[in-house]
This record gives sequence, C-alpha cells and structure tokens, in this order.
Amino acid sequence: MKSNVCKLLSTAAVAAAISTGAAAGTLDDVKAKGFVQCGVSQGVPGFSNADDKGNWTGIDVDACRAVAAAIFGDAQKVKFTPLSAKERFTALQSGEIDILSRNTTWTYTRDVSLGLDFTATNFYDGQGFMVRKDLGVESAMDLDGATVCTEQGTTTELNMADFFRKHNMSYVPVVVQKADEAVSAYDSGRCDVYTTDKSGLAAHRTKLKNPGNNIILPETISKEPLGPVVRHGDNQWKDLVTWVMYVQVNAEEMGISSENVAKIKAEAKDPGIRRLLGAEGNMGQDLGLNADWAYNVIAEVGNYGEEFERNLGKDTALNLPRAINNLWNNGGIMYAPPVR
Amino acid sequence: MSNIKNIPSNKSFLNDAGNRSLIFQIVLLAVVVFVGYYLFSNLQANLENRGISTGFSFLNEPAGFPILIHLVSYTESSTYGRAFLVALINTFVISLLGIILATIIGVVMGLARLSKNWLVARLATVYIETMRNIPLLLQMFFWYFAVLAALPVPRNSYEFADFLLNKRGIYSPNPIAQDGFGLVIIGFILSIALAIGVIVWAKKRQTRTGLWFPAYWSSLGIILGVTFLFFAAAGFPLEFDLPQKSRFNVTGGMVLPPEFVAVLVALSTYTGAFIAEIVRAGILSVNWGQTEAARSLGLRDSLTQRLIVLPQALRVIIPPLTSQYLNLAKNSSLGAAIAYPELVAVIMGTTLNQTGQAIETIGLCMLVYGSLSLSISLFMNWYNKKMSLIER
Repeated sequence: MKSNVCKLLSTAAVAAAISTGAAAGTLDDVKAKGFVQCGVSQGVPGFSNADDKGNWTGIDVDACRAVAAAIFGDAQKVKFTPLSAKERFTALQSGEIDILSRNTTWTYTRDVSLGLDFTATNFYDGQGFMVRKDLGVESAMDLDGATVCTEQGTTTELNMADFFRKHNMSYVPVVVQKADEAVSAYDSGRCDVYTTDKSGLAAHRTKLKNPGNNIILPETISKEPLGPVVRHGDNQWKDLVTWVMYVQVNAEEMGISSENVAKIKAEAKDPGIRRLLGAEGNMGQDLGLNADWAYNVIAEVGNYGEEFERNLGKDTALNLPRAINNLWNNGGIMYAPPVR
Repeated sequence: MSNIKNIPSNKSFLNDAGNRSLIFQIVLLAVVVFVGYYLFSNLQANLENRGISTGFSFLNEPAGFPILIHLVSYTESSTYGRAFLVALINTFVISLLGIILATIIGVVMGLARLSKNWLVARLATVYIETMRNIPLLLQMFFWYFAVLAALPVPRNSYEFADFLLNKRGIYSPNPIAQDGFGLVIIGFILSIALAIGVIVWAKKRQTRTGLWFPAYWSSLGIILGVTFLFFAAAGFPLEFDLPQKSRFNVTGGMVLPPEFVAVLVALSTYTGAFIAEIVRAGILSVNWGQTEAARSLGLRDSLTQRLIVLPQALRVIIPPLTSQYLNLAKNSSLGAAIAYPELVAVIMGTTLNQTGQAIETIGLCMLVYGSLSLSISLFMNWYNKKMSLIER
C-alpha cells in the first residue's frame, strides 16, 4: 500500500509541475514537443474545416500554421483539436492546446476574467440573421414573434437576447448544443431564423439543402472581432502569436506575398524589408525565434490578403467581400503596427 | 516456564491487531486528506496564476440569455441562480415524466412479450431488441428530426378543435382561472377527503363481513363528481386562451415544444425496453405452483396476478428497476444535444461559457445529479423494504 501511496503522490507532484509549467514558457514546451497544438472548430467552412482525408483548411487553421512556420520553418507542424464552443476555453486554460483559433469573439469579460489573452484580430465580423426567402422578411426589424435557432455557449446567444429586448420584440429561442444540429433544426423548419456571425451564416448556408432559398438580412447587430487566443501570463507567447499576424498584414501592405518573397529577400535594398525577412540583423531573437521567422511565415502561409482570398474570398463557396477586413489604406480597418 | 499472566506483557502496542488497524486507518485518512488538500491548493494556485476568478458570486449576476422552456417565471434579466433553478426544474420534470412513462411502457411490453398471442409476443420482442440496441443519443436525434420533418410549418398547422399541431409544437388552449376558482379547489380537496373515507370504510367492512366494494372506482367517481358540482356552483370560473396563427408562429395557448416531446419519447421508449425485460424476468421468477395454488383456491385470473404473482415478482423487479430509473435521470442530460434546456445545457453549456467558471458549474451539476440519483435510490430502497417478504 505504501508504495502505491508514494506513486500516487509523485504522480500528483508531476502533474502539478506540468500544469504550473504550462502557465509560462509555452514556446519552450512547443519547441520541445515539436509541434503546435491548435484548438479549432468542429467544422466551419472557410475558418476551420477538415476534408475527408483529415486535412484542415481555413483562415483560423492558417493562423496556427503561420505560428508553426515561424517557430519550425514548417507550416505542417501543427496538430488540431476540434472543440465545441463550450469546451474551447477550458481546453486552453488547462493547457490542452497552445492556441485557440476558433472564430472566438474578443469581449471584455472573456479577456479579463477567463485567464485568457486575445492576440490580433484576423477577421472583423458581426452577428446577422438568415431567413428563408418565402417568409418575405427584408429586415431584422420584421422578426417580432419569430423562432430563432442558434448554437449554445457563444456571444450570439446574448446578442440575440439583447437585440430583441432592445427593440421590444418577442421571440422563441431554440438553443442547440452544436452548430451543425442548430443548422439542421433551422433547415428542417423548426425555426424561422438562424443567427450567428455573418461569416458563419455564409459558411453554413453552403451546407443547407437549398442554399439559394435563404437570405442573410442586411442588419449587423454586434461587433465580433475574431482572432487567436492564448493563455494569460505568458507574454512571450502572446507577443509571438500577435506578431505573426501583424507580419502577415504588413507583408500585404508592402506587397510581399508567398510568390515573390524569395526574390524580394534576395534583391531588396530597403533596410526595413531586409530586417523583416531576416536578410539583415536578428529580429527573431527577442521572440526566441530564428532571424528568418517572418520569411518562413510569408513563404509557407502567405500574407493576410492571400490567406483571406484562399479561404473566404471570391473563388470560395463563401464568396465574402474583403469589405471591413481590407487594409486600412484600402478602405478596411486591418492595420498592423510597423515592424521596426 | 512462563505463566498465563506473562503473555499480555510480552505483547507490544504495535502487535495488537486492533491498534494496528487503527493506526493504518489514521495513516490512510491522513494521506487522503493530504492528497485532497494538495490537489485543491494546487488548483487554487493555478487558477490564481492565470487570473481566473473563482467563487459562486456569478449566481447573482444577470444571466442575459433566454431559455426556451421555463416553468417558473424567467426573463433575460433574471440571475444565473434563477437560470439554474429553471434548468433544475426542467431536469426534474423530464426525469419524473420519463420514469412514469417508461414504467408503463415497460410493464405493458414485458407482459406482451410473455403473451400467449404469437403476434403480440413477437412485436414486443422486436420492440425491445431494437430499442435496447441503438444508442440513446441517436434515438433522440431520430425523434427530434423525424418529428420536425413529419410535421407542417405553422401556416399549414394540423387543427383539431382548438388544438394546433406543427413543427413548433403542440398548441392547446390555456385555461385561465377566473374569480371563484378557489371554490373549485376547495371542492377538489373535499372530494379527496371523501374518497379516502370511502376507501377506509370499504376496507373495514371487507375485513368485518367479507363483502367486497368497488372502492377505487367509486372514489374516482366521487372526486370527479364533487369537483364538477363545485365547478358548476361557482359558475364555471375558467376561460380559455386559444392558440392563434400569427405571422411566424402560433401565439397564445399552451405549447409543448418538439424538443420536450423528443426527449421524453426517446428516454421513455429506450428505458421502457430495459424495464420490459426486468418485468418479464420478475414474473418468470415466480413459481408456476403459486398460480396453480391460487387457482385451486378459486381466485380469478386478474386477482391471481394482482394478489399472488405481482407482489412476489416485485421483490425481484425493484432492485434492477432502481438502476434503470437512475440511468434515465442521468440520461436526461443528453437532451442538451437537441436543445432541451436541462441542467447540462443551461449550466454546463451556456453559463459555463458566459462566465468561464468551469469548476464551479461542473461541481454544481455533479452535486445535482448526485443528489437526484441518491434520492431516487433512497426512495426505491424504502419501497423495496416495504415490498420485501416479511417472514412471520
């Protein structure tokens, strides 16, 4: 019995050591295990979605791949953990994943009370409503008395409640555990309306029985800045994830893409570009990375514009316009601090 | 040579079996307390390191989210504590109704499988084997989406009298008590007292004279009759709010949403199949000789079943039945998957996500399921004791 107790105690001690270790030094842990553990959704086309071979694609997936490219110079060194909306924060808090990149909205409560830090925003979204065309509804203001389907455990639930209360309209909420079932409930006519972020509406509409019979109403009822999330208290890791995104935005602004990055690195005279791509100086040192980390990010994953077009743009089923997610000097609000 | 007196003095304190076991127990307790304390303080320290706030104060905060089914008043500005109460009631209601329905289905199907009618017995077998061998979650999805697919949209609702049936649920007129309804309640209570009186009188008379009186049927008549008399005397103080089709939905009336129906049907048919087998086992466990003995005493078949076979079968049935009841109560948590707002959906789903209090909310849920299961267990143990063979 005694030896069992010893075993138990030492296991508990090891577990404690691991879990306290996880609060800081995520980068060292990631380097030691050789891959980034990335929490993603259970399937939102354009954001994070696995194909039948288990290959993940999407803008949230690319955020993790870019981090892996920065650390290892290899965008494939990522393992994905599909999470439901309600599992996601616990998975990050407990150290099960290193980055949560799962169309997660940056809100005050989440930032200050969950032990989490939001990094950079990779998609500015807003909540909207989708209805069947035959209802003849043209504005969200016509939805008084409607039945509304949504997914459980998201900001959507609260925004929806606030919207209907604010406009003094009644509604019947049907809150389903997973997005897929919420969408099928809407599709089978349980609800008049399906509500989530507008990008999500566009993504889920592609999965409906008859996508063309459904329209997304013009109103946007909330601000939903989406982006990768890390644990609170590990500043180095937060800086890394944040700057990987900023570098991608800066690269687009400077006209550097995955196609021309090698040529630019070889030929550039601009000291700013030479520093960024690691041809000069050692910009990676303070982040605990190699000098060419930014080069690797752009070469492997591309700049922000490429990432957007590949996953959400005109040639995809989602067909989302850049709109607010365009660069600041192009009519959008994507603005990254300079790399100096 | 030592004498008898010397033997105890040779025994050291540690050689005494009683002392030793006491020491071991103290050591074990200390280890358990230490490990528990260690894990708890470790948790506390880690939560603090990561800036995660703890405690149950969130229960007083406004919840802000809506709940589809609430039997007590609830709005978005109610607190998380209120949401917890709503969810708790929803879990209780579905468990209780599920247990009642599953028991009825189980008894009927158990008897049907024993029936001498070939078709009835086979049908019961098919039912039991199908239901028992398909995962409950799949059955829930099946009922939910099958029900949704089969029914019309609100605009084309099926209508029977003042009832409406569509994808959004079953709508019925909602009775609203008017002035003077108190009189009806008084009448109802009075009639129950009267009915109990009749049952007691009938029983006494039967012991005294052996004459039988249909006490249960007549008491039912008394309750219905007397209540109706009071209802009429008060001038029918009840008005109905009728369901009406509106632009999107049906407004007014009472509604039974499809989520509720799907969870209830799935839970009771699934558990009912298990109960059917338990009932069959219980009845088969009673020796055929008992039935023969009852018949030779001249008892009718129905009386033989009620007075001889069933009481003995119950002794075999109750213990496994208890665990089926416990399963049903715990399985009700699967309702979260199809939007039935029970405890797991509201507390471990929405509340956890909005507040981030993972340990507190999961702890609350564990506490509730723990106490729910223990109360069912306690009740069934009491019932088992009451039904067990009393030897004279």
